[in-house]
Amino acid sequence: MSPLLLADLTVFTLGLLVGFEVISKVPATLHTPLMSGANAIHGVVLVGVMLLAATISTPVGYALLAVAAFFAAMNVAGGYVVTDRMLAMFRSRS
Amino acid sequence: MSAFDTIVHLIYLACATAFVIGLHLMNAPSTARRGNQVSAAGMGVAILVTLAVLIEDGRINAYAAWALGLGTAAGAAAGLVAARVVRMTAMPQLVSLFNAVGGGAAALIALGERPASTQAEVTGVLDVLIGALTFSGSLIASGKLAGRVPGRPIVVPYGRFVWAGLAAVAAAMAVLVVGFDGGTAALVGAAVAALVAGVLLTLPIGGADMPVVISLLNACTGTAVAMAGFVLESTPLIIAGALVGAAGAILTKLMADAMNRPISAIIAGGYGTGDAIAVEAGAGSAAVREITADDAAIQLAYAGRVVIVPGYGLAAAQAQHEVVALAQALTAHGVEVSYAIHPVAGRMPGHMNVLLAEANAPYEQLQDLEESNPAFPRTDVALVIGANDVTNPAARRAGNPVSGMPILDVDLARSVIVIKRSLGHGYAGIDNELYADPRTAMLFADAKKGLNALLTGVSAYAK
Repeated sequence: MSPLLLADLTVFTLGLLVGFEVISKVPATLHTPLMSGANAIHGVVLVGVMLLAATISTPVGYALLAVAAFFAAMNVAGGYVVTDRMLAMFRSRS
Repeated sequence: MSAFDTIVHLIYLACATAFVIGLHLMNAPSTARRGNQVSAAGMGVAILVTLAVLIEDGRINAYAAWALGLGTAAGAAAGLVAARVVRMTAMPQLVSLFNAVGGGAAALIALGERPASTQAEVTGVLDVLIGALTFSGSLIASGKLAGRVPGRPIVVPYGRFVWAGLAAVAAAMAVLVVGFDGGTAALVGAAVAALVAGVLLTLPIGGADMPVVISLLNACTGTAVAMAGFVLESTPLIIAGALVGAAGAILTKLMADAMNRPISAIIAGGYGTGDAIAVEAGAGSAAVREITADDAAIQLAYAGRVVIVPGYGLAAAQAQHEVVALAQALTAHGVEVSYAIHPVAGRMPGHMNVLLAEANAPYEQLQDLEESNPAFPRTDVALVIGANDVTNPAARRAGNPVSGMPILDVDLARSVIVIKRSLGHGYAGIDNELYADPRTAMLFADAKKGLNALLTGVSAYAK
């Protein structure tokens, strides 16, 4: 195993543990916005698509790149906006 | 490492921190919105920094830049429109759709990247398999939730053999990629096998099991994004993917526990009908007591404490505003009102809470299973609207399809009023013993019409 892979695995494992710790405290009331907000966070895949774009140089590659960018941007933009819309509705009694 | 690279990595680290803090702030309704904004700000910065990396690097050619720019603009526009116009009752299918496209993008990353090491090959295959599976699976789930694909469980003939065949194909492709540098062709083969598997996975699953399934698919997308991070050696993707994987896994476990069914059995599918309310016929054999809307309204107005139990029927009838209007009228009349919400009520985790929040129900009134159950014995009227199996006392006994499922102890209230269109069965396909209880009265009506009639009655009485 390369040192790089070990470092990546460490980050991944710690990310999972932090995720479990933080998310297990979210109340049932907020489970839908939590899922939707988490969904928006995996929209970070757009960053991956951008990094990949630098290495693409074939027509098929351009087409797939555009599709991937479309998917990722839809995920990230829609995800955050719809989560915000939901959370804006959670009001207190006052 | 150049100074530029160092700064970029530090900013990525700050973005990942923003994701964690954002999720942490989701621990309470009062801070949750700010949490989502913190998370969004982190995302915005991550995207801008990546743009700076692309410009500084300068290797991207003009065609790729156009493909990236146009694709991103179109996708963002589509996402924004969908997010703005969606009705709250349609939230499960939209979240499922966003989940699908995230998984699809993650799978495409591995298809596009030429693996530079064995590590990249292994994680690339995993990325393609998980990403393609969650892409097609989430699309089918979204279609089922939206009613475009039949909601009932569709049993695939010889499903077990088809599954074995797909697993064999996927394994063979994985070996080709990793062991023999099979490259893109083998990855495409793996993607096709996973796409078919995603469809086969979701088709046999009934509507009531959807909260579990979309949680599981959410966890899969997170994992796929983390794998894409391994392929690209990009830390933000690994961290964000791990966070989402954890969120999906926790929700999956909570939902499966709330139905007292093992995840494996839910995945196997073929259980129950699509929509509880779609079952019109099949009236129960037990004698039930019917009540008129006027009598029910008087009973509610006389009560000291009323607990409302909403279920999927409420969402299907779009009656969230009516139920909150009734609750407000009762509160104004001096009745203490709360909502008892079962974890799997609706079609995704927390679905009922969002609907009630949309209709302006204060979140202090929304209570989960643990909070509401101890209060039922001192409740005058439990008003059950479109919920069925989650209130069936048979769950406390062994030997039936709902045995062991945690239920709302509605039958411990002094009286129960059930608004329901017919005596049809819930997804478990058994009679609800609650309906035959002498303390239970049935108001046979569509949720919206029934609630409106109750509101008219309560308003007239309260004058």
